[in-house]
Amino acid sequence: MSAVNGTVAPEKIDFSSDQEVRWCPGCGDYSILKQVQTLLEQSGKKKEEVVFISGIGCSSRFPYYLDTYGLHGIHGRAPAIVSGLRSVRPDLSVWMITGDGDALSIGGNHIIHLLRRNVDVNVLLFNNEIYGLTKGQYSPTSPEGAVTRSTPMGSTDHPFNPLALVKGADGTFIARSMDRDPKHMREVLARADAHRGTSLVEIYQNCNVFNDGAFEVFTEKANKPANTLFVEQGKPLTFANGTKGICIKEMKPRIIDIGPDFSPNDCWIHDERDNFKASILVRLFDDPNHEGAFPRPFGVFYVNERATHEEKLQAQVKRAKEVKGLGDLDALLKGEHTWVIE
Amino acid sequence: MSTAPTKTKPVEERRNVVILFAGDSGDGIQLTGSQFTDSSALFGNDVSTFPNFPAEIRAPQGTLAGVSGYQLHFGSVEIFTPGDQCDVLVVMNAAALKANLIKLKKGGAIIANTDGFDKKNLRLAGYIDEADPLTDGSLSEFTLHSVDVTKMTRAALEGLTLGMKEKDRCKNMFVLGFINWMYSRGMENSERFLHQKFAKKPDLLEANLRALKAGYHFGDTSETFTTRFEVKPAPMPKGSYRSITGNQGTALGLIAGAQKAKLDLFYGSYPITPASDILHELSRHKNFGVITFQAEDEIAAISSAIGASYGGAIGITASSGPGIALKTEAMGLAFMLEIPLVIVNVQRGGPSTGLPTKTEQADLWQAVFGRNGEAPIPVIAASTPIDCFDMAFEAVQIAIEHMTPVILLTDGYIANGAEPWRFPQSKDLPGISVPTVIAIGDEGAAKHSVADSHDASGKFLPYARDERGVRPWALPGQPGLQHRIGGIEKQDKTGNISYEPKNHELMVKLRAEKVARIADRFKPIRLDSGPPEGDAIIVGWGSTYGAIRTAALELQAEGHSVAHVHIRHLFPFNKGLGPLLKKYQQVLVPEMNSGQLRQMLRAEFLVDAQGLNKIQGLPFTSAEIKEAVLNLLKR
Repeated sequence: MSAVNGTVAPEKIDFSSDQEVRWCPGCGDYSILKQVQTLLEQSGKKKEEVVFISGIGCSSRFPYYLDTYGLHGIHGRAPAIVSGLRSVRPDLSVWMITGDGDALSIGGNHIIHLLRRNVDVNVLLFNNEIYGLTKGQYSPTSPEGAVTRSTPMGSTDHPFNPLALVKGADGTFIARSMDRDPKHMREVLARADAHRGTSLVEIYQNCNVFNDGAFEVFTEKANKPANTLFVEQGKPLTFANGTKGICIKEMKPRIIDIGPDFSPNDCWIHDERDNFKASILVRLFDDPNHEGAFPRPFGVFYVNERATHEEKLQAQVKRAKEVKGLGDLDALLKGEHTWVIE
Repeated sequence: MSTAPTKTKPVEERRNVVILFAGDSGDGIQLTGSQFTDSSALFGNDVSTFPNFPAEIRAPQGTLAGVSGYQLHFGSVEIFTPGDQCDVLVVMNAAALKANLIKLKKGGAIIANTDGFDKKNLRLAGYIDEADPLTDGSLSEFTLHSVDVTKMTRAALEGLTLGMKEKDRCKNMFVLGFINWMYSRGMENSERFLHQKFAKKPDLLEANLRALKAGYHFGDTSETFTTRFEVKPAPMPKGSYRSITGNQGTALGLIAGAQKAKLDLFYGSYPITPASDILHELSRHKNFGVITFQAEDEIAAISSAIGASYGGAIGITASSGPGIALKTEAMGLAFMLEIPLVIVNVQRGGPSTGLPTKTEQADLWQAVFGRNGEAPIPVIAASTPIDCFDMAFEAVQIAIEHMTPVILLTDGYIANGAEPWRFPQSKDLPGISVPTVIAIGDEGAAKHSVADSHDASGKFLPYARDERGVRPWALPGQPGLQHRIGGIEKQDKTGNISYEPKNHELMVKLRAEKVARIADRFKPIRLDSGPPEGDAIIVGWGSTYGAIRTAALELQAEGHSVAHVHIRHLFPFNKGLGPLLKKYQQVLVPEMNSGQLRQMLRAEFLVDAQGLNKIQGLPFTSAEIKEAVLNLLKR
């Protein structure tokens, strides 16, 4: 790379592949692809050191559209493929692309184990609250009552709160962004990339064919201020253009009006390192249509730096080599007890 | 005491002996058996073993369900099986006797722990009215030795501060000491083992050593035993030997393959009987660049191995039938990606959970046919514990050199069984060439070049093939070779997504052809024994080897025109197999299933193969095979 001492701008590399992008026109995936390409171009990474692994679903076609290494796996299993790859190749920059069905339904078991092990990977969870590639069935994040092709009378399933699940599995980087806010997404993705360990970014992504407007209450200008809360490190939790805030009183979050009675200083100050506050943040998951609902938080909720899975694995290999010496195949074949027939 | 064989009692020589140790699953029977096996092998006998235990770790004490057995066949002659029937039956309780008496030869010896024949034990074992077989004369056709092992063990440990329960756990060492005496064995190996096992527990070491010596002395001084036996060393080929189980052989073969290919080994696995010992063994050898990953489930186990292979290690996974079923979709992915992967199936009784600790060969069709779409994967099988090493090595070799998943079939019988192994020198193992692609500007790093892996414009073609149909293995990190692969049908050469009808047909054929061409590397087919043409041929695969070989040699010695061929390559078959089978009037296929290989042979070669099928969770005896051949010859 030519970025030396910050004096020369990194050489711009085009990370787009020669493949035609085949998502539906208007799909939120385009925006995410664009931001990832931009981030990679600005990151100074070499194309060959970047790997995208995906499962199955609309989002999982992502690797084909980047001129990096890529593996389009099977439904739900990308976390396991990533775990094996990272175990033997800690040198690479690994990204995992998944969706709400892929990560939380068929791959639910794998995603929680990826998180607890803290494999170093950037997980982009495209949540559109619907199965798109199979043409419109409800997903594990679809709200109860959702009328879809497989639930004509409304879904009877209680949905997952994805980031609460991630927190429960001891995820070490937890964030949320949205397809309609490219700048925010790019900042969050850059933070995710910089984190060592499993960085999980949930991205609200609009499926304009099967679930159009699922998130418009958060993403469209008219509703956005009242229903969203953008958290920033060291800043008070305020929303509605600074007119409202969230404080913690008697161990519980409460909405307060900023004005004569409360100032921003009375609000909860965001601290990404605070385990307990993060547990509350991920639980701010109210239905925005309900009276007095908490706004939905976006941004980086939680960061915890603990050793990655592959660091620990490789350290054991290194220690075994130091203690026992580099493997001697003849000694291994011989074993401990031998006898000779003359 | 001196542990050298004493000369106070007459010693009779025996060519070969089969001992079956049996007791409660908590009695330490497996340890007694495996220790005596080690001593016999170290002494120079040929040995073959058959551990047979319940699925439960501590099944209800004293019941038939809780009986654990360890059968050992050792001799001064070549040994191929653990023996059809036993000469000596050592039983720790009434249930062990009841469950195993049928395996004892007429006139054979019973050594019974009388303490295990109290009223409670007799009732639990189901002896009617608690009639004691040790005293009611019902065992008159055998030589019965009643020994109060419990009492004598306790007496030997008097004065030690251990609890009664811990003292009673030393019973198995008393038995081992006694058997050492009975077969004129030194005690050095048993003692060395105890010193290692209890290095950090001096009181347990002392107790076990005392029990071991008490057992030996008992043989020497007891008036019940008038004769000792001696089994001289077997005339085995010169060389250095060790003892090895099939699962150990598999683990070492996998490591040796990775070392020869100069690759790291990644083993993704989920615990399952009877495959877990491969994980245990591999996890001890991290200094060979071995990474073991105990995955969250079977699917993650194979998927992680795929990820590791994608990264340039050799990815390996193992399981048994139910776990293999879960891995099926991922096997299809590995096949479609065309990356190296080894899948080991240590077969057990099925279907479903089936008989977890018993053996069977019923997953052959699962291995050969069990995937969606047309996804032929090479299938090879090991026939003995030693052969597990050779076949595991070959599995790694085929996987890497042909860029394909490979299925290796073993089974519980050979996985847990042990035999002496004249282990190879690493320099005598073949090299494994890795089809790494030459990256532009990276020529120095290439190990093996793949022709035409770039198009005219210099663009990398991940699915260009060499003359064997093998694609290049380009690894993340190699500059200029970025490419995308996946489970979706891909365009020939470029690997880009393609739904074009003719392209799909072409790709299905190219992939199948690549796997079919693996047969080109096989050595010409070789008979295991018997005439090159004749009345009958026995066709075996997998762990039936020892029983078939024994039967075939006996039949040949009796003048019958019977040959034996053992198939190691089940898919694709050796090209010489079809022509070979046509040189015999009759074809007999013994299998521990309902006839899976038999049907494949009939379909492939149009031969009228007959089946001999045993589906009892137990290996064949050689007598069963011999009888079937003789019946076939009468037709």
